[in-house]
This record gives sequence, C-alpha cells and structure tokens, in this order.
Amino acid sequence: MGRYILRRLLISIPLLVVISFLTFILINLSPHDPAELVLQAQEVPVITEELLSQTREELGLDQPFIVQYIEWAASCLQLDFGDSYVTGQPVWSILGPAFLNTLKLTLVSVAVIILLSIALGVICALQEGKLVDKSVRGFSFFLTSMPSYWLAALMIWYFSVKLDLLPTSGMNSLASYVLPVIVIAISYAGIYFRFVRSAIISNLNEDYVLYGRACGLPEKKITGKILKNSLQVAVSVFCMAVPIILGSTVVVENVFAWPGLGSLSIKSILSRDFPMIQAYVLVLAVAFVLFNTLSDIINAVINPKLRKDL
Amino acid sequence: MSMLRNIWKDKLAAISLSILAIVLTAGIFAPLFAPHDPNEVNMKLRYAASSWEYLLGNDHLGRCILSRLIYGIRPSVLWVLAALAGSVMLGTVVGFLAGFFRGKVDAVLMRVCDVMLSFPGYVMTLAIVGIMGVGLENILAAFILTKWAWFARVIRTSVLQYAESEYVRFAKAAGAGSFHIIRRHIIPVTASDVAVVSSSSFGSMILQISGFSFLGLGVQAPTAEWGMMLNEARAVMFSRPELMLAPGLTIIIVVSAINFLSDALQAALDPKLRTSTSKAAEQTSAAPAKQLLGKEVA
Amino acid sequence: MNILDVKNLKIWDGSTGRTIVPDSSFKLKQGSCLAIVGESGSGKSVTCRSIMRLNKGSIRQSGDILFQGENLSLLSEKEMRRKRGKNLCMILQNGMRAFDPSSKLGVHLKETLDQHFNWSKQAFTDHMAKAMESVKLSNPVELLNKYPHELSGGMLQRVMIALAIALEPDIIIADEPTTALDTISQFEVVEQFIRLREVMGCSMIFISHDLGVVRKIADDVLVMKDGEIVERGTTQAIFTEAQHEYTRYLVSSKLALSQHFENVMGGMALADR
Repeated sequence: MGRYILRRLLISIPLLVVISFLTFILINLSPHDPAELVLQAQEVPVITEELLSQTREELGLDQPFIVQYIEWAASCLQLDFGDSYVTGQPVWSILGPAFLNTLKLTLVSVAVIILLSIALGVICALQEGKLVDKSVRGFSFFLTSMPSYWLAALMIWYFSVKLDLLPTSGMNSLASYVLPVIVIAISYAGIYFRFVRSAIISNLNEDYVLYGRACGLPEKKITGKILKNSLQVAVSVFCMAVPIILGSTVVVENVFAWPGLGSLSIKSILSRDFPMIQAYVLVLAVAFVLFNTLSDIINAVINPKLRKDL
Repeated sequence: MSMLRNIWKDKLAAISLSILAIVLTAGIFAPLFAPHDPNEVNMKLRYAASSWEYLLGNDHLGRCILSRLIYGIRPSVLWVLAALAGSVMLGTVVGFLAGFFRGKVDAVLMRVCDVMLSFPGYVMTLAIVGIMGVGLENILAAFILTKWAWFARVIRTSVLQYAESEYVRFAKAAGAGSFHIIRRHIIPVTASDVAVVSSSSFGSMILQISGFSFLGLGVQAPTAEWGMMLNEARAVMFSRPELMLAPGLTIIIVVSAINFLSDALQAALDPKLRTSTSKAAEQTSAAPAKQLLGKEVA
Repeated sequence: MNILDVKNLKIWDGSTGRTIVPDSSFKLKQGSCLAIVGESGSGKSVTCRSIMRLNKGSIRQSGDILFQGENLSLLSEKEMRRKRGKNLCMILQNGMRAFDPSSKLGVHLKETLDQHFNWSKQAFTDHMAKAMESVKLSNPVELLNKYPHELSGGMLQRVMIALAIALEPDIIIADEPTTALDTISQFEVVEQFIRLREVMGCSMIFISHDLGVVRKIADDVLVMKDGEIVERGTTQAIFTEAQHEYTRYLVSSKLALSQHFENVMGGMALADR
C-alpha cells in the first residue's frame, strides 16, 4: 500500500513540472511585451526604449529562457510568484487570502453537494422508475440547464432585495455563504446525484445482492453492502469535485462579490496583470493534480480490486 | 438512421430536436426572422413592455429584445457549435491515432492528453483569455484547446474496443490498409459514441460561453449575445428584474433541449453499451472521476 | 414424499404485463435431484427465483409453493427470509459476482451463518473449514481472508457449495452453476455436486442447459421452452424416449456435439462427459 502511494506521488511530479513549464511559457505566448505592460500598468506617462530595457533587466527578461524558468519555478516553490504589475505588491499576499476564501466556499459547497446527491441518489435509486425518481431527475435536468449567474441574480433579487433575508454580496458572516453555496450546489448536485443514482442502480442488479438475499441476510445488511460498494465509486468522484469547483466558482463569485480567486482572476485579466494570472493558473492546476492524486490513492485504499495491481 | 427514428419515438427528445432545429435555423437566417435591427437604439422605447411591434419589449437602450435574442443565437449557439465541432474533430483525429496504432503513438498522445486534462477547463480558458485578450474568438479558441483532450480520451477508448472486434481483425488479416479499415469499419461504429460525448458537452459549453460574456470576457458591446444581454440586465436588476427573464429562459430552454436530446441519444445507444465487453465496463468504472471531468457547469 | 410441490405457478412482469411463465406445476421428491433444462430465456431461472421469492422489483408471481407442506406464498417476508439459506439454499452461476467485491469472503459467510446459527467464532471457523476442505479448498482460513477477486471462478463456486454444506439446507437450488466455468473447473464442480448429494442426501434443483452435466447428476428432468414445461420424466426416459420434439432436438444436438467431440478426439474421449 505504502509503495503504491509513493509511486503515485512520484508519477505526479513530472506532471507538475510540465504544468509549471506550460504556465510559464503562457506569458511568453502573449502578443504583448511584459516590460511595456508593467510600465503601462504603473501608469508611466512616456515609455522610452531606455526605460523598457531597464525594466526588462529588473524582471530578469534579458536572461536565457531556461534560466528564467528555473529561477521562476524555484521562487514559486517558496510561494514567491513575483510582484503584481498593477499594485506592485507580492502576488501571494493577494492571491493567498483569495485562495483561502475560495477554498472555504468550495469546501462548504462540496459538503452540501455530497449530502444532497447521496440523499437524492439513494431515494431515486430505490424508487427507480417511479414518480419520485422521474420528477427529481426531470427537475435536476432543468436546474443543471440553468446559467448559475442567472440563478444567482434571481436569488439575490428575491431573498436579499425583496425579502431582505440574506446579504446580497461579500463575505461578512455565515449568512453570506447561504446564497453562493445554494447556487453552486444546485448547479452541480444534479450531475453528482445522477452519478450516485446510477452507481446504486447498477449495484442493485449485481449478483451479490441476489446471493445475499438468497442466503437470508436481512435487507438492512444488503442495503449497507449496496451503499458501501456504490459510494466507494462515488468517493473519488466527490474528491475530484473539490478542484473542479475550486476552478469554476468564477461566475458565482463575481455575482456575489466574493473576495476569492474568481473575482481576483477576472480583475487581473481585465487589467492584464500577468504574474497574477500566471500564479492563479499554476495554483489551480497544482491543486487539480494533487486532488487527482489524492482521489486515486483514496480509490486504491477503499477498493480492494484496484489494490491488486500495486 | 434507425437511431434517429428511435429518438423520434421519444416525445421529449422529439420536442427537443424540433426546438434545436428552430433555434439553429433562426440563428442562421437571423435577418429574416428578426423583426428589427438588433442594434437600433430607440431611447423613446427604453424599458418598454411587450407590444405587438416589440413582442418581448425593449431594453435599456430601447433595442428590440426579441431581435437581439435571435441575433444572439449566432455567438451563443452557432459559434459554440463550430468550436465544439473543431475540438471534436481534433479529439477524434488524436483518439483514432492513439487507439488504432497503439504502442508509442498511443503513449505519447495520452501523456499529452493527461497534461491538458490536468488543467481545469475553466482555468485554462481564463488563462488563454487573460493572455490573448478579451473577445469571443479567444474564448472559442480556448474551448477548442481545452476540450479536445477529453474527446480524444473517450474516442480512444471506443476505438480500442472496436479495433479488437472480430470483423476488424478479419479485415486486418485480409490485408486491408489501416486507412481503409478506419474509414470503413471503425468510423461508422464510433460515430455514435462521438455523438453522445459531444452532445453532452454542447450544453455546458453554451452555459460557459454565456457566463464568460456575462463577466465581460467574451462578446463586446453592442453585439447581441445572451450572456451579454444578461450582463446588461444585471445593471438594472433591482429596478427592472424582468429584463433578466427573456435571455435567461432562452438559455434554459436551449440547454435543456440539448441535455434531453443527449440523454435520449445515450438511452438509444444503451443496449449496445450493455453488450460491450465487461473489460471495457471495468475500465470505465475504474476512472469515474475522470469521466466527470468533462462536466463543468457555468 | 415430495419436499417441494409447486402448483399453478404463474410469473409475469408487472410493469409491461408480459407473461414469463404462464402456468407451471412440478414436484421435487425428497432426496432427489430435479434438473430444469432449456435455452436461456426459457424461464428456468425465474422459476427458481420464484420458489425463493426473489424475483426483481416488477416481476410478480402467483400460485402455491408447498415446501414440506407449508405454503411459501403465504409466508410473511420475515418468515420467508428465515427459510432462505437455512432451508432453501441457492448457488449462483457466476461465482465472481456472487460475493460482495469490497468485503473479504469470510464476511459474507460469517454474516450468513450468524443469521441462521448461534455459533461462536471458533465454531464458525471449524464448521466452515471442514466444509471448505470437503470441497477440496485447501487453506480455508487463508481463503476466508481473501477478497473475491483474488480467487478463481471455480474456487468461488466451491465456496458457495461449502457454504451450502455448512448451512445443511433441505433443498439446494443451483442456477447454472457450471456455465461460467472452464472445462476443468466444470468437472471439479460437478464432482462436488455429486458428492454433496451423496454426503448430505439433500434434495436439489439443478438448472442447466448442459445435458451432459444433467445426465450425470439428475434423477428427473423438466424441459422448459418459452416459459412452459414441454416435457418431464426420469433422466433415463428423457434421454432415450423423449416425446416432445423440442426435447428430441436438444438431445440430438447434444449427441451430435459429443459425437463430434469423440471424432475429434479419435474416439479416445470418455463417452458422454
């Protein structure tokens, strides 16, 4: 087991290197000269050739490409992603707190999604083909077809403005979580609940269920086995939900003015703050790889069948 | 064709298909269908309620909402469809090469896919837009770049499955060329799998592109686009919430139609999926998390 | 004396209204083995599951199933559950799928035996080990700590037989127990079934479409086609003087196969295995 975990972790290292390299060259693909952008962002009135080369030197842009990458990667490992073109502050001092805020929102949302999709998945699977199942599925279809920002706007309009129950935006109290979490959960629970449902249904038709019943095991035990086997598959899926949602709260965060990565990334894109964009992409891609690795490991731990190939 | 007939029997799917056909036609021939010029400003009609002349009323600049919705089909649906076609094509080519030639080709291409798939789709799109600049064409380019790897994976699995089938082996043994086998024997059977994966992505892509426009990263004013219209409506959300209705509902109807159709497509293919070898079934169940990677909602 | 008496069993699909078995009656004599043969889809498995009252969701059944004079159709679900395993024991076709894939084998066996007996842990291990050794599974304690996927289909099939031995049921219902196995495992498993009957003297319903196996193991045969019993009789009679055309077809195709086999093997093959 330990060997598998170690091997799985080692496999992810080259992937991380490739990802960081891609993130690094992203900036070089830009049609703009970074030095010029820095000066523009700092609102320097007249940009001279001399000023440009001086800035290039400051940014280390005059060095060979590979040296630039190694230096950049080394400092990234110490969470030093350079300074923002716009404010001049270290990127991590802005990105770090934003990442934490988005992580909080994501974790709460994922928890709600897990509870909701397991509850609905179990109910619908046990009632397969009946009215409850059909209506929940139909409704979930409808909900996943809804633009989340639209739903968010409607909710703000109704709950915050008309009823004045919840804050419209920001992240000031626990109440601030309610609307964004509902919106995210509604958009995603539909997908995950279908997954849980079909996992349970396919388990219901397995021979081990028939054999368990034929051996006279009580229904409670059999349901337990079905849940264990189908949720096993679901665990890794839920694990992957964290980085997926982490990377796609952009729209919801913007509607609710949540001080997280989503709001920050849009602001940085519109102001062409390249180090910020670069760090944002890198942080999320790394999170993605790490969660992917984690989900594989969890999968192997709980699924004896996969453990065989270790 | 028999698949199409099966789908037609399903009422919900038939309705969805009709809705999509109407939307696509209206989008292609927008000038014929739209009652007014979508960009014609008429300050006298600001926020006018619906009337016989302006069926869905007018927006904050007095423009005809119905006409803007119809013209909005082009960027919101037609261009997305084009981007989808582009990435499916790219993915199909890669998937075929990997699945058919196996060995080193497969290993290299799949590693590339792994790298592509390790960037969350949203983040990649934001990165590309961030670097290349704001605009519809950059988002579409980002879509093609980010989605192809996902299609390549799915198509590779499906090709692998069919490449092992008896008749393909027979064709190989009979000395048919690779290209001939791919064209005559594998493309026809994998086409249905391609249809299922691409249709299930279509809906989420429409939601995403409208989301990016809503954030101001996509289509720029005054071009009519659904997300953009919602963005404009959001500014007056508290005083005139009704402006959010028409574009929002349009998106919901179109995306629902696509999702229902995709579901029907999958159901129509299900019997075939069931008879596929248990080995293939195990492969897919081993990587369920990866299956859901393609599912990102706006 | 009949241990099982099935009268006017009707089975249909409640959701589509399709009849699967229109009207079926048969008897199982105490200590004998009844084989039910027929193609897949002929209603053999559904019939057996109906005896256990284990058909899936929408499948409905009516008729009387008298087990030792007691009508199973009238029992409550709780009473019926007590009969399953203890009195009526089932052995499934695919051993690979019959056990919970995420638990060790011992878990299912222990749960089942705990359900019906009040054994200590030691007694459980002793009984199970003895049963497993009797079906030629060596190292039983080690096997109990393995996951189903770590064993072969034939071994799992024998684990099911071992569980049946430990449960000492009155009737064993074996649903195509040899179909999913390769020839050698098939031979071993059939051998175990024959021994099972010799040692325990329990009654058995043996579903199969393999007439070779049926001829070795069964006393009586039912032939099913499209849900109806088209022929019944002793094994001897079925193989020599079949009345129904379908039975004759089955027997002749079996003969043709084994003749072909003998030809291929140059007449060296053991006749009629």
